[in-house]
Amino acid sequence: MILGVLSDFFLLREPNLKLVVTGTILLCAIAGFVGCFTFLRKRSLSGDVVAHSVLPGICLAFILSGEKNSFVLMLGALITGLLSLGMMEWISRRRIARPDTALSLMLSGFFGLGIVLLTYIQHEGNAAQAGLDRFIFGKAASISSEDVSLIQITALGILVLVFVFKRGLYAISFDEEFARSSGFPIVILRTILSVCTVWVVTIGIQAVGAVLMAALLITPALAARFWTQSLNAMLALAAIFGAIAGYAGSFVSFSAPQMPTGPWIVVTATCIAGISMVLAPRRGILARWYIHRRNRLKIRNENILKLFYQIGEKSGQMQGRILKEDLLNYRAFKTEQLESGLKTLVQHDKLNHELESYSLSNRGLAEAQRIVRLHRLWELYLQKYLHLAPDHVHDDAEAIEHVITPEIEAQLELLLGNPSIDPHNTIIPPRR
Amino acid sequence: MSLNDAYILITACLVTVACAIPGCFLVLRKMTMFGDAISHAVLPGIVAAYMLSGNIGGWPMIFGATIIGLALTWIIEFIHKRMRVSADASIGISYTFLFALGLILVSAFTRQTDLDQDCVLYGEIALVPFDLGWLEIPRQIWIAGILDMLLIAIIVIGYRGFWISTFDPSYATVAGLSAVFWHYLLMAMVSLSTVTAFESVGAIMVVSLLSGPAATAALFSKSLTRMIYLAVIFGVVACIIAYAFAVYIDASIAGCIAVTNALTFALAALFKRVFGTTV
Repeated sequence: MILGVLSDFFLLREPNLKLVVTGTILLCAIAGFVGCFTFLRKRSLSGDVVAHSVLPGICLAFILSGEKNSFVLMLGALITGLLSLGMMEWISRRRIARPDTALSLMLSGFFGLGIVLLTYIQHEGNAAQAGLDRFIFGKAASISSEDVSLIQITALGILVLVFVFKRGLYAISFDEEFARSSGFPIVILRTILSVCTVWVVTIGIQAVGAVLMAALLITPALAARFWTQSLNAMLALAAIFGAIAGYAGSFVSFSAPQMPTGPWIVVTATCIAGISMVLAPRRGILARWYIHRRNRLKIRNENILKLFYQIGEKSGQMQGRILKEDLLNYRAFKTEQLESGLKTLVQHDKLNHELESYSLSNRGLAEAQRIVRLHRLWELYLQKYLHLAPDHVHDDAEAIEHVITPEIEAQLELLLGNPSIDPHNTIIPPRR
Repeated sequence: MSLNDAYILITACLVTVACAIPGCFLVLRKMTMFGDAISHAVLPGIVAAYMLSGNIGGWPMIFGATIIGLALTWIIEFIHKRMRVSADASIGISYTFLFALGLILVSAFTRQTDLDQDCVLYGEIALVPFDLGWLEIPRQIWIAGILDMLLIAIIVIGYRGFWISTFDPSYATVAGLSAVFWHYLLMAMVSLSTVTAFESVGAIMVVSLLSGPAATAALFSKSLTRMIYLAVIFGVVACIIAYAFAVYIDASIAGCIAVTNALTFALAALFKRVFGTTV
């Protein structure tokens, strides 16, 4: 029986189901696509405001026209949606209120007006009003073939708009000031983005409702941002994530009819975003944790090697044997830190381990020399070019010695003229 | 004016006071959207408390909502600071998720009860007089009244802490006050006001009550105490006007309150622009 439900769903056997599912998927995909721009412009919550402020437009359009014609309702929605966006911008630009306050005032004011009009219509007793409240919570199951063609037109229109104004839209998404100084028509571009947002929201609230529409704009874009650095890839990924969420949401409400579609779409999208936050390469929690740990271990091991070198300098025996306790006397390592560091260095063949003592291997000596060399070069550089006193340069060099690349090393050498003595009158080991 | 009208008005005013006071701090800290987020996100907490205790309203619900409010604050901070996502997107993704979760819980477990989607979003303050509590006075009035006292007590006791951490967070840290503590305390207070307002005006209008009166008051205030007094006055006056209007045109009271708050702000801003002075 379960198999029957599954195959019914996946093969989209019923024509009505096919309609609803394709409509929802397309809608979520295009919302994710548009959401990338609002996300990058750090105006994610304005999608929320628009989603709430289209309600009075829909109600007014209904009162004026007296019928539930999707096209007329949408026109009303577009008008109030754009109006609220415009007023929001104006209030914060004129500094009448701060942006966040303007946002919440517009959101609650327009939505309140919508509720007032809606209850007014309901109490009037016009029979045609039934179903008007689906704009608040959304009802994906009631998507009609007329709605699907509207969604298709929307998707096509937005794709065309974005494609035509591609360069300008990309520019204002990342840096509005740069776009302005490069001569892009900022006001026109901003309006185009506003129109796209309001358009997709107007269509979308029928499926997921006013409150959750914001999620359709924000969540797929946020998830996509974790995976890529390129805007093209981000747009594609956000659309795909949105589509997956739309598909999953329709599936849940198909197999369990009392379940609402919108919330399940949002929950699925948030799960995708959660997974992205954990797993994504470079930006994800795991990747960042791994990089952080690798750097910490690298710094620790390099510090241990450096210590061997410094002790060797004092005793005159660069590869002499040293006891663990002596190392601890020289530098305040935590015992377990030092032990695990020594173990790794022995494994990497940089230290020799005999009985209780350790000594530098040839590889280890080379590496230790390199680090000490970078440290002392940097100290000299700070003294010479920043005119710091010799007793003020150590701490800085202690941090930077682990990150100087061979290219920077070469530049330092050139600047300082291949020096051999550092500010503390110790020898800078030569390059190997 | 009948007794029922009086009950409804008193409830509305008490709820307004409960929201306007923390709202002042939200406006000053540029965090009114946190109020929006919390007012939506408390839904799963309310539903969970409802499932555990079996009735709507009361202390389990307040407790559940406060926990969710604090959890939301933590999640937003985590996504914003640790995952380096911009603040508005962090707010957007967290509260929509919790709200969606709440809606799913509502449709999964509370089919046959009085907790439905509509009451969640725009509550029904008109039903307040029919749910009488102690001394034949509506239960909502008791709850809102007690919470008002509690919130005012917290503000009075912690006034200096709120004041310093709002206007000069770095000085607060230097002076040994924990900015994190006051942040979370404020969020707990917002959760409390939200859940108080929840039953009567619903999730959306909470935003209006939190930001509207406080934003209007901010136009005419140079001191924090004055701003709080003014916010309470503006809020209560707007409430009374809105109620009269709602009864007159027979529409949602909560909706009218939201519209009136926004209009009050618009008129006040216009007034300030034209006359250029404070009241």
